Amino acid sequence: MAKTYYTEDHEWLTVHQGEATVGITDYAQEQLGDIVFVEAAEIGKQLKKGDTAVVVESVKAASDVYAPLDGEIIAANDALSSDPSLVNSAAVGAGWLWKMKLADESQLDGLLDEAGYKKLIG
Amino acid sequence: MSDETRHLPLEDLHKDADAKFGAFAGWYMPLTYPAGVMKEHLHTREHVGLFDISHMKLFRVTGIGAAAMLSKACPIDAAALPLRQSKLSFFLNEDAGILDDLIITRLDHDAFMVVCNAGNAEADEAHMRDIGGHFNVVIEPLDRVFIAIQGPGAASALETQGIDLGGLTFMNGFEPKEGWFMSRSGYTGEDGFEIALPEFQARALVTNMLQDDRVQWVGLAARDSLRLEAGLCLHGNDIDQSTDPASAALLWAIPKDLRENGAFIGATALREKIASGAKQKRVGLKPEGRQPVRGGAPILDEDGNTVGRVTSGGFGPSVGHPVAMGYVASQLAKPGAANLFAEVRGQRIPISVHSLPFTPHRYFKG
Repeated sequence: MAKTYYTEDHEWLTVHQGEATVGITDYAQEQLGDIVFVEAAEIGKQLKKGDTAVVVESVKAASDVYAPLDGEIIAANDALSSDPSLVNSAAVGAGWLWKMKLADESQLDGLLDEAGYKKLIG
Repeated sequence: MSDETRHLPLEDLHKDADAKFGAFAGWYMPLTYPAGVMKEHLHTREHVGLFDISHMKLFRVTGIGAAAMLSKACPIDAAALPLRQSKLSFFLNEDAGILDDLIITRLDHDAFMVVCNAGNAEADEAHMRDIGGHFNVVIEPLDRVFIAIQGPGAASALETQGIDLGGLTFMNGFEPKEGWFMSRSGYTGEDGFEIALPEFQARALVTNMLQDDRVQWVGLAARDSLRLEAGLCLHGNDIDQSTDPASAALLWAIPKDLRENGAFIGATALREKIASGAKQKRVGLKPEGRQPVRGGAPILDEDGNTVGRVTSGGFGPSVGHPVAMGYVASQLAKPGAANLFAEVRGQRIPISVHSLPFTPHRYFKG
């Protein structure tokens, strides 16, 4: 099982051979409420840490989801176009948002582990 | 306006129900409950939604000059309003801009209930007192808990609590007992009631109603998606001082003779606007696909010219697609008149003019 990292912006990522799968945490999906649309991640897009990677729309509002690290988007989760509620029902899993090739794996050191994230959300 | 956030008298009950709160119009309001906006919305359309709308303001307007004063303040013939009749009306400025929309109910020969939006309550009161100075009238702001009971089971759920519905039909209201005001109206497109009552009685009623399996709390988020599907305006979004009843497609709320001869504030400007024709009109809008289009998005024609704007938008849980409302150039304000696009984050989403409401109204008309 790959290690899961977390950000203070309530994202999770798992890393395998320099590629990260990114999604929002269960806490984040709960705060957003019912997700009705996920803007597909743009494959090939170069991102700097903190850039908007995708936009998640709940009934209430649109929310940006940020790149947790520098890298290039290499895959989008096509399942979300027909069933965006996967982000609610399986935030950390089938509701992943995009995969990215990391530019610099040493940036992972700046992220939270599960214990650190749990402390953050209290 | 005061900077201090106001709190609902029943806030503790919402906290007990695990509501998520947020600020709205200066109030700390329950936005959603654990069921979530989607389920709360659908529950209201299928069963009974219970809403705390105590942020809205009620004014009891009484005195021998009450009807005359309201007929000056609003495009309404208050003296001709039948007893118990409720009517949607507006406070207009001299340019016929909409200061607020409100529901006026005739309680008695010389007594009316005026229900205003939370965000405009202070301005509305000042406005009424300003006009009221010229009439023999008493304007009394009420301190009440105000709840809405909405959905196909609303009447039955209230009767289960031993509440006499007084034979009310849609857009009727009365004072069933001391300190109470009850009307058959709402903001969801469903049959339903709005009841203003003293806090201690409200606590008992709400607590007992929630024991009924059909009844559950519904927050402000679903209130918004319900009213949007029902094609109802939110003041501050879909109507405001920059829009008038003609452009807002709300002339139906103004009797024809008053449009022509009325002496209400804003009458002259409104007549001019009607004569010259509104440049833009409020319409329903249906974005293509699944992506919601929110208020503020510009509407473009095929050549990229801005021809309108979205004023409210979101996802319609009952219709299962995004829904929106906005203004477009009058010649485009009918279904199929042109290919239109809403611009969202630099992308153009095809959007079409759609008749309102998105979901049929199911009012009880007797």
